[in-house]
Amino acid sequence: MTDKNTGAVGLEVSGLSKSYGETEVLHDISFQVEPGEVFVIMGPSGSGKSVLLKHLIGLEQPTAGEVLIDGRAVTDPATLRTIHAALVFQAGALFNSMSVYDNLALYPREHRILPEKGIRDRIGEILRILSLENAAERFPAELSGGMRKRVAIARALVMEPQIIFYDEPTSELDPIMAATISEIIACLKEQIDVTSIVVSHDRDLSLTIADRIAILMDGRLRVIATPDKLKATDDAAVADFLNPAIDLKNPRFKQRSA
Amino acid sequence: MNRLLDFFEQFGRATLLLWRALSHLGSLPRQWERLVDQCYFIGYTTFPIVGILSFFIGSVLALQTGYSLQGFGAQNFIGAVVGLSMARELGPVMTAILVAGRVGSSITAELASMKVNQEVDALRTMNIPPERILVLPRLAAIFIVMPVLTLLANIIGWLGGAVVAEYVDVVGIGSDVYFQGLRNVVTFGDVFDGIIKAQVFGLCVILVACHVGLQASGGPREVGRAVTRSVVLSLILILVLDYFVTRALM
Repeated sequence: MTDKNTGAVGLEVSGLSKSYGETEVLHDISFQVEPGEVFVIMGPSGSGKSVLLKHLIGLEQPTAGEVLIDGRAVTDPATLRTIHAALVFQAGALFNSMSVYDNLALYPREHRILPEKGIRDRIGEILRILSLENAAERFPAELSGGMRKRVAIARALVMEPQIIFYDEPTSELDPIMAATISEIIACLKEQIDVTSIVVSHDRDLSLTIADRIAILMDGRLRVIATPDKLKATDDAAVADFLNPAIDLKNPRFKQRSA
Repeated sequence: MNRLLDFFEQFGRATLLLWRALSHLGSLPRQWERLVDQCYFIGYTTFPIVGILSFFIGSVLALQTGYSLQGFGAQNFIGAVVGLSMARELGPVMTAILVAGRVGSSITAELASMKVNQEVDALRTMNIPPERILVLPRLAAIFIVMPVLTLLANIIGWLGGAVVAEYVDVVGIGSDVYFQGLRNVVTFGDVFDGIIKAQVFGLCVILVACHVGLQASGGPREVGRAVTRSVVLSLILILVLDYFVTRALM
């Protein structure tokens, strides 16, 4: 395992499909993400976003197709040994039996990247960037939702990643904290050379920070476009997803049941 | 048929887990803190209940044997019966059962919670094999601790029998005669065979606990089910393996 981030890497998905038994969750997904890009995958709940994300970082094996990070198959264990890829989980996935500091120190300690003093310095700097200096000795159970998200991002940053995946980074957060997390994600590429792939159904986050946005519906890729082009889309389903009108006289759930 | 296939699939997965954990054996010296933690948890915190249980198993064994042999005037054999029973059978089996109930259940609950909370996935994305830091230290700890626990269970069980031999009228042979009978029959080989059995049971309990825990998915209910599955499977395996290991050691 190398120590330093050696530059953002691109990602390519081609013909990706996934089925669980008879149920097809993802169907023939193909797209490319350029190095350094902020790429957001949006879609309604249950559209397959999180499953797609697990495939992108190799936690799931596809039924068909492949995912390449920097030209190497993500399913090959050697790929993630040479490329620094980090995933910020929706619920944080922090190690509950460890303090925040030990959560952050686990990766460099296990890979023997730095001496203890170097680890302390790196963690101190990252905690400062994310305004978490006072949380170092606390345990995950003692943190608020927003702090847990920031610690999860901090844990990813300690890895000096070349590509970061975020799973619903602003879910369950108040608007101010959601905006803070969005700012952190957007500003990261100014501080480190990293590619960001964000799975979210947060419209504000997506339209503000994304270089491009992919819309996933019913396991199929509906469209990939820049935020400006997406705002002007003439696809009724995409437009409805991005600007859902609340019609109390003719609610959607009644339309569906009818 | 499906159940049989499922059994072989689970057996294969557990074997693969063992192989993957052992492939990281070289990292064990760097994990000595985890190893010490696990030794403390599996050994030190389990010892009191092993001690209490073994004392009363030895006592009851002496009492029953004394009562049964009374009519034949063969009470002098009480020490031999208790000594051999504890060393070859009850010491290792009861210790393994206690480890399954107390330690196995706890390990399964911890790993299943980690799996459900995606902590195990987080380790994989950090390129840290869960087998290396979650399974290997526990396997190594049981390998170190199980012989010690079993030996202590034997000694405390023998002492329990001695107390009954000394103070209970029904038996009434005195501890000198009891220990004389025990020394005449029990050999180092008997104790060693018992320790080998205990090692097999212990490794089996920890492997099952880790495997079932890491296979869990879903929510809190699944954690509870995983714990039940782990303990039941461990108890069955202990008793089934007991026959085959005993036969192999004869």
